[in-house]
Amino acid sequence: MERLATEARIGEVDDIYAELIEAHRGLDPEQSLRLHARLVLLLINQIGDAAVVREAIRAARETASDPRTAS
Amino acid sequence: MGSYHYPRYDYRPTPDATAPQPAEHETVVVGAGPVGLAFALDMAQRGRRVLVLDEDDTVSFGSRAICWSKRTLEIMDRLGLGDRLLGKGVLWNTGRVFFRDREIYHFDLLPESGHRMPAFINLQQYYFEEYAIDAALAHPSIELRFQSRVTAIEPGEDGVLVEIDSPQGRYRLHAAWLIACDGARSGLRRRMGLDFRGKVFEDRFLITDVQMEAEFPAERWFWFEPPFHNGQSALLHKQADNVWRIDLQLGWDADPEEEKRRERVIPRLQAMLGEDRRFEIEWVSVYTFQCRRLERFRHGRVIFAGDSAHQVSPFGARGGNGGIQDGDNLAWKLALVQEGNAPESLLDSYDFERGLAADENIRNSTRSTDFITPKGAASRAFRDAVLELSERFPFARRFVNSGRLSVPAVYDDSPLNGPDAEGFPPSLRPGAACLDAPVRCGGRDGWLLHHLGREFTLLLCPPGGAAPREAAAEVATAFAGAMPGVAVKTIGSDPACDLVDHAGIVADRYGLMPGSAYLVRPDQHVAARWRVFDREAGRAALARATGREG
Repeated sequence: MERLATEARIGEVDDIYAELIEAHRGLDPEQSLRLHARLVLLLINQIGDAAVVREAIRAARETASDPRTAS
Repeated sequence: MGSYHYPRYDYRPTPDATAPQPAEHETVVVGAGPVGLAFALDMAQRGRRVLVLDEDDTVSFGSRAICWSKRTLEIMDRLGLGDRLLGKGVLWNTGRVFFRDREIYHFDLLPESGHRMPAFINLQQYYFEEYAIDAALAHPSIELRFQSRVTAIEPGEDGVLVEIDSPQGRYRLHAAWLIACDGARSGLRRRMGLDFRGKVFEDRFLITDVQMEAEFPAERWFWFEPPFHNGQSALLHKQADNVWRIDLQLGWDADPEEEKRRERVIPRLQAMLGEDRRFEIEWVSVYTFQCRRLERFRHGRVIFAGDSAHQVSPFGARGGNGGIQDGDNLAWKLALVQEGNAPESLLDSYDFERGLAADENIRNSTRSTDFITPKGAASRAFRDAVLELSERFPFARRFVNSGRLSVPAVYDDSPLNGPDAEGFPPSLRPGAACLDAPVRCGGRDGWLLHHLGREFTLLLCPPGGAAPREAAAEVATAFAGAMPGVAVKTIGSDPACDLVDHAGIVADRYGLMPGSAYLVRPDQHVAARWRVFDREAGRAALARATGREG
């Protein structure tokens, strides 16, 4: 069952995008990775639905432009 | 070793060693560890004779299993050792989790009231074994032979020829059933040439037992990257006699021999416990963790149980507890087969059910180990992210995995499971272990689990308006002449019931309504349940649960 939202659901995308980049400013790659991880965990909990999270993980894996990392 | 005095068990000469022909034994257990001993006690309680062989003459040496789960305690209580284990073990309910220099949260196991046994006790394996050996020595149906090492086996159709090296020299005997409880390095497994497949974790842990007078409460403390241990994890647990078990992660590159030296160990412990803390080291070892299992636990007349069949990492206390439940699952089945009341194929359900439990234990302990010792940048980032979030955000604490503590597996989809019905709590579906609850019997307060487990039992909530005695007699005719027999026990708030549910806890936990019934196996797992008991279905469920159908 496909329940992952794929249509645009949020305005202000340019603002959010800029804030996301800004959040990483001054971090080394390791700190950046950890920031990402905290963010992902917070969002997973916000979604609160394991099936949707699984779909999102799959979608993220499948859309890699480098074929070696796509499953 | 200071706090514990190791008992020595004498070798008693046996006529088997000088018999012209191999003596005949029905059940021979190899390995007098917790699993072999509990299994032997179970068989003996079911009226079967058992011979237990062990190559040593004392109990387990050093720090091994320490954390015994509620289900293990319930099984040992059925075997008569509950009070002794509870009396000596250390109760704990609180766990604290530290990250770097501070505590990020603590949790309470919040034991539910209305159970005889706590969620866990901590007790050194040597005490567990000593108590079980005392009980085995006192049982007329069990023979324990120490200093008896199996040197060869020859499996056949109707049993196994076993060669034993003993103080009386080498001799052979014939075992109709050989139960391999000889541990993770099982010699029997090797002799049978069986693959033991799985995963080795590329990490090493230092395990120490120290005796000290400490004001620390009896709690489980787990540190991720504490300042005293250079970025690796540490675990502290209290055991009996003021002995504390400490696990320190060393990393894969550590040299095990070097790390075991006192000059290395003492500074590590001082860093953790404080410079001026006085302590005695009782045990030091360095472990590498593995998660492996045999593909099948039953090989004809040779059956593997405990660590010989499956090995897990220690996080979650699933090794010893899983093994005790293997024996619990196997004993009633083997006893029924030996009595001629079930086909040999019933034993294949041991393979199915305990294989399922082993997979669950391996899955859980693998995940814990991956969390505690993350390998790779991404897995490390997520682990640290969880810990960073946990101090402020309660949701993240659920992700912290320093061991998911052992709970009994539910034997879903077991070929022995009978029908389920709507409206019952899913936690007690067919395949699940029964939950305890207070009941009154013959005017005395006791526990439900004490009334289950000798045989198949039908717990019957008398239909509305029916007198319990008549209701039980009526239902019992459904099982008239059945082998094995079924004990019918009425349960409810009516004081005329066999088991009086005076607090209403059984009704609540089991979802009992007038007329409903649970068929319970001799290992206290649910076989089937009905909203309204049906005679035909009841007989069919008994046949199925004893391997004669399905």
